[in-house]
Amino acid sequence: MKLPAFDYAAPATMAEAIELLERHGGDARPLAGGQSLMPVLAFRLAQPSMLVDIGRIPGLDSIEIGEDGVRLGARVRWCDILEHPSLRSVHPLLVEAIGHVAHYPIRNRGTVGGSLAHADPAAEMPGIAFTCEATMVIAGRAGTRMVAARDFFTGPLETVIGPAELLVEVRLPPWPAARRWGFEEFARQRGAFALAAVAAFYDERDGVAIGVHLGVIGATGVVQRLPGAEAALEGRPVDAPGIAAAVAAARAEVDPPEDAEASSAYRRSLVGTMVERALAAATAR
Amino acid sequence: MSNPPPRTVRFTVNGKPAAVEVEPRLTLADCLRHALRLTGTHVGCEHGVCGACTVIVDGRAMRSCLMLAVQAEGCTVETIEGLGTGLDEGGAEALGPLQAAFRRHHALQCGFCTPGMLMTAHALLSREPDADADRVREALSGNLCRCTGYIGIVEAVLDARPAYQAGAPGGQPATGGIDRTG
Amino acid sequence: MTRRDTLVGQPVERLEDLRFLSGRGQYVDDRSVDGMLHATLVRSTVAHGILRSIDTTAACALPGVHAVYTAHDLGAKVPVIPMRMEANADLARFEQPVLAHGKVRYVGEPVALVVADTAAIAEDAAGLVGVDVASLPPVLDRASSERGEVLLFEAVGSNRGLSLQAIRGDAAAIDAAFQDAPYTRRRRFKVHRHTALPMETRGLLAEWDPVRQRLTVSGLVKVPFAIRSLLATLLDMPESAIDAVESDCGGGFGMRGEFYPEDFLVSFAARRLGQAVKWIEDRNEHLLAMTHAREVECDLEIACDLDGTIRGLRGRGAYDLGAYIRPNAVTAPRNFAQMAGGPYRIPALHMDVAMLVSNKTPAGSYRGPGRFETDYFRERLFDIAAGDLGIDRVAFRRHNLLRRHEVPGRLPVVMPYGTGGETDSGDYHETFERCLAEIGWHDKVALAGRQVDGVFHGLAVGSYIEGGASGPREHARLVFEADGRVTVHVGSSAVGQGLETIFAQIAADALGLPMDRIAGVFHGSSGIVKMGYGSLGSRSTVMGGSAILDAAKNLDHALRAAAAARFGCAPGEVSIEDGLRSAAARGRSLPLAGPAGIAADGIEAEGVFENNRRTYSYGTHAAHLTVDPATGQVRLLEYVSVEDVGRIINPMTLHGQVLGAIVQGLGGTLLEHLVYDGQGQLLTGSLASYLVPAADDFPNIRSIVLENHPSPVSPLGAKGAGEGGVISVGGVVANAIASALSSFGVQPDELPLTPPRIWELIQRSSGQVDLP
Repeated sequence: MKLPAFDYAAPATMAEAIELLERHGGDARPLAGGQSLMPVLAFRLAQPSMLVDIGRIPGLDSIEIGEDGVRLGARVRWCDILEHPSLRSVHPLLVEAIGHVAHYPIRNRGTVGGSLAHADPAAEMPGIAFTCEATMVIAGRAGTRMVAARDFFTGPLETVIGPAELLVEVRLPPWPAARRWGFEEFARQRGAFALAAVAAFYDERDGVAIGVHLGVIGATGVVQRLPGAEAALEGRPVDAPGIAAAVAAARAEVDPPEDAEASSAYRRSLVGTMVERALAAATAR
Repeated sequence: MSNPPPRTVRFTVNGKPAAVEVEPRLTLADCLRHALRLTGTHVGCEHGVCGACTVIVDGRAMRSCLMLAVQAEGCTVETIEGLGTGLDEGGAEALGPLQAAFRRHHALQCGFCTPGMLMTAHALLSREPDADADRVREALSGNLCRCTGYIGIVEAVLDARPAYQAGAPGGQPATGGIDRTG
Repeated sequence: MTRRDTLVGQPVERLEDLRFLSGRGQYVDDRSVDGMLHATLVRSTVAHGILRSIDTTAACALPGVHAVYTAHDLGAKVPVIPMRMEANADLARFEQPVLAHGKVRYVGEPVALVVADTAAIAEDAAGLVGVDVASLPPVLDRASSERGEVLLFEAVGSNRGLSLQAIRGDAAAIDAAFQDAPYTRRRRFKVHRHTALPMETRGLLAEWDPVRQRLTVSGLVKVPFAIRSLLATLLDMPESAIDAVESDCGGGFGMRGEFYPEDFLVSFAARRLGQAVKWIEDRNEHLLAMTHAREVECDLEIACDLDGTIRGLRGRGAYDLGAYIRPNAVTAPRNFAQMAGGPYRIPALHMDVAMLVSNKTPAGSYRGPGRFETDYFRERLFDIAAGDLGIDRVAFRRHNLLRRHEVPGRLPVVMPYGTGGETDSGDYHETFERCLAEIGWHDKVALAGRQVDGVFHGLAVGSYIEGGASGPREHARLVFEADGRVTVHVGSSAVGQGLETIFAQIAADALGLPMDRIAGVFHGSSGIVKMGYGSLGSRSTVMGGSAILDAAKNLDHALRAAAAARFGCAPGEVSIEDGLRSAAARGRSLPLAGPAGIAADGIEAEGVFENNRRTYSYGTHAAHLTVDPATGQVRLLEYVSVEDVGRIINPMTLHGQVLGAIVQGLGGTLLEHLVYDGQGQLLTGSLASYLVPAADDFPNIRSIVLENHPSPVSPLGAKGAGEGGVISVGGVVANAIASALSSFGVQPDELPLTPPRIWELIQRSSGQVDLP
């Protein structure tokens, strides 16, 4: 369909953007790359009175790598991550996961902030932010506030971002160079919504896994970790029995919904398979 | 809500400056097609999946249905109309190397997906002239074609690589401008 | 006419490509006229209900809105869309009104038309139209449709439109074949609802000339002449006052171009408002409103001797045709019944297929209509039977495939229409053996059912016959223009298949000219030829091409006659020389072209080709794939098609047809599915949920085309070949998956074979293999 009628502004400063959002109450929506918002508008699933384009606000498109980790500005595009000269070694899990985002032209325009704010549980970036225990930086009239990923996502397509706030940055904690990791995604087609994806990482000390993180994308209605599977592997060698224990625990603890595309049982099994393959990849890295 | 007033957006299309009066809700695709009458850019789904509307904005392939015309302010936009090398002395359309490869490999039938396919491939080869078959297939996987089964398309893109390896084939030189603010 | 066939058979680069590659194609939405208005449809959001009222007040009040039409505005009798082919009084009771009144019967059914200054305003207004529907329980499956407790058409008293029977042998012989057989096997199969999904949605531009009282409709394809004729009837206008203009067309595949409600509504609005009205279908709307296809269920039974000799095949099927009977709704059920035996020797055959209505989008023809479905059922049952009998699948087929001396053969007769006919030419074993050799069956078959690196390998092979060259006739006109070049005018319609190139090749060869002497190929639109029959059923090349041959012969006569008049001699004395540049007789010579030439004012000739026999190209497909048992993922390693099309006009465009059709078939088998929920809401209303093949899904497909057995039906020797590629895919891929998962005993009886479904089949199987 054609888009519903709305007004449009492209403020030059953050303060102006927040002022505009505030003035329109809940009726205004921020616009970055638009790769999630535009289809929503095209189906007329939302009819905002105003779009506040943050494309002209300086300083939102930087990728900073420091001792405290990786900071991605809200307007960093997927292609910026994929083409970054050092990000692949600094945070390989991030880059690998982002390689699965949609298609080439979408990755040229879609942004980190847009994806996090849209909070689709089948999208890669929310899953990575959640699994990696990222921190979101949210700007409002009173300044910025920091929100941990576990508090940021409040449900499918829901976050704690207020109507007069903007997500400005995501901070991923430091990533030790020797960390083991894997990312496995299964979709019916490349670029289609994941039926299930799993992000896995752990550090290895004395032959056992420490700090096991397993996050699930797409299979359940929300981004989630797999505490049972993480516990099953924590402090154990990541060998066949260890992986099998994690897989069994993962299948036991997820409760995927049934939908037109797949049964709950299929997705449950698939989560286990993705855990298995992600961990196998991790051991090989 | 009632329609907010139109505003003027200025950008460059195929090397020529354009100034267009648009409603905020107008997509770049519809702006190109209906305001600028550049109807070579096609619209196949209006929700960002089919890729028929792909154009190049500031050097990168993008969906023009997932972009507002007002967001193109100050941008450089390339469309299918700028991909050829103009008319030859006989007045016939002279095809650029990618277009000629598409013809040679029968990479099109109905032609509807073709402009988006060409713009995606042109952007890809301009950045990655050595892209291999897997990379080409992956990059084109967001452009749907219902006629060809893609075999000829992938062959054509691979076959066009030498022209890009030798230096990116460009579009037409800028002459004149388009003003549709009237 | 000394040069023969220097262009026919060559991979001539397409003439169409120049405009398509440079963005100069003229699809219907590319055309705009001053003062043009835009239309959008208000469609039912309820699958089944009583339409109580429609409130258009708010929509009409919106600035920029010109009109909102409901059924009340269409006069005392709301026009209904009649069947174009195989009209039948029983089925006519289910024909669709152009706007719903009294009841709505599917989600997406047109309820009102809004016309406004812009498409966006029209859509704004459509959202303000209040449609009050009292919901009724929807009929969504075969069982409830057959039970008939809820009726779509109360006055009809049943949800059953018609039952078709395809019969070979008398009733006693069929019964005997099954009663006496040492082996019989019956199984129920199902093909799911999917659709053609051309990349361009539908669209129309209707222009009304109030002075001349003429209507011009652009955007018509496939059968523009038939559409014009029907429009004239429904609008109560003389046919001669309507110009049907064919636009460039973003894919047809049998579905675009039949008469849809919008064809009437947009034309009606243009005439009523006295202004041009454009309508461009939205993609979501397309998935709801364009005909769907292929939803059929069948109990199929085979009877064999223990050596694998087939004695008989019988089946009882039911097509779900959605809420209304569309203009070509009979084609798929008819083909399904008639072609059940394919290229195999089936002495006794009895297929019975019911046409049922349901509260879903109406169904129609999609490339290989009925053939894709029936081949899937047959080839699946063959593999099951061969397995039961302990006979190799290849040997089973080789044993039952018709031999060369058995071709041509009679086709089963379809009742109540009495459609019969016979095949034309061919050696089915030739494509079969070649296909096995091409895929390396002998070497690879050892892999079938084996697990290598976690995935199971499977192979399968199957053969088909394709019908082409639908009659009754086609018209062509060749004009020798004053400049010495020739223009070609044909009644066939271009749907993206490269007609202009094909026809230019045929015309150039027929006239002994190089390609550059063909100045243009014009097709489809009314006015180009006196009548055209369009593009369907793989007919254009054979029918249009043969009409061109006739016109070329007549043009030669016309040129000789004109020259004879100038020379004052008999036409037989004239020789046309130098590649249609000059004519000579009695020692004199004159140029044909130019102001002093014999054809100074242009000379034209018409041609016609009449044919009520069809061509039957045929072939064999084979696939090698793997299945990941943990995810259900199928990876196609290799797919090979070998077919014989009688004679190849342009190998490049022919391969394009085959490869494209195979990939469409793979989409229909593995990806595409129009899914409804229990309320009759379509759940797959976007391209994010209705998945079609993309560039990286099926990279390894080969097409080999033979021309060993020309058709005796057409002077070209060519057979229709636009659909063959799709026909075998469902059966071959399903059998390859069964082959891969043989250790689990998996038998895929239902399409599509999505990863979740394959995984479920493995879970439910009786196999003894350890699951990962």
